[in-house]
Amino acid sequence: MSAREEILSRLRTATRDVTTPAGSRGEIPRIATVGDSPGATLELFAENVADYRATVQRCSPADVGGVVAAALARAAAHTVLVPTGLDPAWVSSLRDSGIRVLADEGEDGGPLRADELDGIDAVVTAARVGIATTGTIVLDHEPDQGRRALTLVPDQHVCVVRADQVVHDVPDAVALLDPSRPLTWISGPSATSDIELDRVEGVHGPRTLDVVLVEP
Amino acid sequence: MPSFQRAAKEALANTQQRRNLAHATATIRAKRAAVVGEVDRWEELRVAGADAKDEALHHLPHYLEQLETNLTARGATVHWARDADEANRIVLDIVRAKEAQEVVKVKSMATQEIELNERLEEAGIHAWETDLAELIVQLGHDRPSHILVPAIHRNRAEIREIFRREMGSVGRPAPEDLTDEPARLAEAARLHLREKFLRARVAVSGANFAIADTGTLVVVESEGNGRMCLTLPETLISVVGIEKVLPSFEDLGTMLQLLPRSSTGERMNPYTSMWTGVHDGDGPQEVHVVLLDNGRSHVLADELGRQALRCIRCSACLNVCPVYERAGGHAYGSVYPGPIGAILNPQLRGTGSEVDKSLPYASSLCGACFEACPVRIDIPTLLVHLRTQVVDEASGRSPEATSMRAAAWMFGDHRRLEAAQRAATLGGRLLGGRTLRSVPGLGAWTQARDVPTPPRETFRQWWARRRQDDPGGAPGPVRQQDGTSTTTPEEET
Ligand code: SF4
Repeated sequence: MSAREEILSRLRTATRDVTTPAGSRGEIPRIATVGDSPGATLELFAENVADYRATVQRCSPADVGGVVAAALARAAAHTVLVPTGLDPAWVSSLRDSGIRVLADEGEDGGPLRADELDGIDAVVTAARVGIATTGTIVLDHEPDQGRRALTLVPDQHVCVVRADQVVHDVPDAVALLDPSRPLTWISGPSATSDIELDRVEGVHGPRTLDVVLVEP
Repeated sequence: MPSFQRAAKEALANTQQRRNLAHATATIRAKRAAVVGEVDRWEELRVAGADAKDEALHHLPHYLEQLETNLTARGATVHWARDADEANRIVLDIVRAKEAQEVVKVKSMATQEIELNERLEEAGIHAWETDLAELIVQLGHDRPSHILVPAIHRNRAEIREIFRREMGSVGRPAPEDLTDEPARLAEAARLHLREKFLRARVAVSGANFAIADTGTLVVVESEGNGRMCLTLPETLISVVGIEKVLPSFEDLGTMLQLLPRSSTGERMNPYTSMWTGVHDGDGPQEVHVVLLDNGRSHVLADELGRQALRCIRCSACLNVCPVYERAGGHAYGSVYPGPIGAILNPQLRGTGSEVDKSLPYASSLCGACFEACPVRIDIPTLLVHLRTQVVDEASGRSPEATSMRAAAWMFGDHRRLEAAQRAATLGGRLLGGRTLRSVPGLGAWTQARDVPTPPRETFRQWWARRRQDDPGGAPGPVRQQDGTSTTTPEEET
């Protein structure tokens, strides 16, 4: 018997006592908190993102480019990576600020190799969803966010979230996401508590996370 | 592996470890309590979490087949492994086919359980652990002692020593001027591991959840080492215990509230990665999933015991357990320490060995683990259930069985208990302030426990004396009757 057949047959024997069919638990309960108002949800989001020692900046759509450039300057980034689908207005204001703007394109014309990514200081992306109760941003790596490696290897990640993308609780986010996409949930910068439980920001992922919250 | 009681006795003598553990468990306990307190409907979430896992477990063949179908449709290759040997062979064959000399690893208890690293090393393939704590454990030629913080038994000075001594022999050496500041130590790990991440072609991971209705695998982590392993290499091999399956993507709404809050005491862990087979142009282009049984089908067959398979390895039960806090993780003789280890190991491995026989006794049955468990595993009841099994198997001849029977006999009749207490307080008067190291007749029971010196007078004696002094105030004097002498076995820590 193949391993597959044998395991499945062991499992069938082990669950012989179960008489209900699969799915009989009924609808999956959606246990979530609800915000008092969209404003309160945004407040909570900003508060919880900041609690993770990420920087939160709130601004209007017209100011995004400038706020992003300022965040990059604060971290002394000289080179910044932008995914292909990033808002062109933001990209041009980055160019105006004098920083070196790079696309995900290596010397050989293909996407950047890991060691090429390693030489870049920062990356700027959009996001798919923000979660208020946990201070999380979720990327689904569509063209305005780039493939997964882009937000991982450079040392600073500046992430732009629109106010209308922020939901209140975790189940609301799960309901909006497309599971066929790769998904990265980010709550604060990379961190470890493995040494005497002292929290240290920045191990392998970006050590600096800036979240720009855009309000109409 | 010696019995838990003997191993724990040695661990108890290690004051440094006890101090580290007490600090760590108390810190995480407090953080967890604070963030769990923020959630109004925590109990409802726990019930939903338990229901989601039970739904999957009760219909495991159905959901595993669904998972396989969805994974395959999305370009992943699914393998099935009956036991550790088979799983290791599958992984080894894939690594060999890729002609890789090394793999980078995301912390995974399933691969520890099957001792994959050892098997790879035997075959000449280096397996690099990339979680900071796992790196400390690996470089220290040590074993993990906690699910969440495997190097909890090491302090910063020890870690610095390990890095200075060992890093150079397996890659980039630690900086010359390395201090024992956590930030500097983390930086050293970053530099040491980055060169491995950037060149590795094969990665091995586990998964926290495997979603049947979408074929999505989920890894929850903090440092970004998981993301490195899951996205940079060309080939990804995930070893997934068959109990990790969740029926629906929607269930993540529940689980991702329960896990981080119970585990690290955070509202959400810094990084969670989800991938569904192969994503064109993003991440590994060859994705393998090894579905591992290794005793799980055996656990599933026990109607009461199967709830142990709900475990999402959050480690909340470790941090609240008074026994774990003092004995540490190594005494459990397995990658699954603490209360969950005490029930899971004997079920996965059977109760043939000394350590597995003794594990159901590695508890005070205080119930704190059940209260903490986000998926409501009734650990105390399972411990008693397993004790019965162990005792039955030993046909009542094990020392624990004997002392349990003695205890049952004594508690069965209040006169016997009083007689025993009288004998004990008499002993206490003779002993003065000294601690009892062992009690005749209860040798094995007291081997790993220092029984406090009994008080000069029991509560019942005091009550009876008061009653004599003040006949109106309390019930009649306690009947006096002589019985056999022993001490009270209830005073375990
Ligand atoms: S038994 Fe419960 S509390 Fe313990 S690790 Fe598993 S899920 Fe967490």
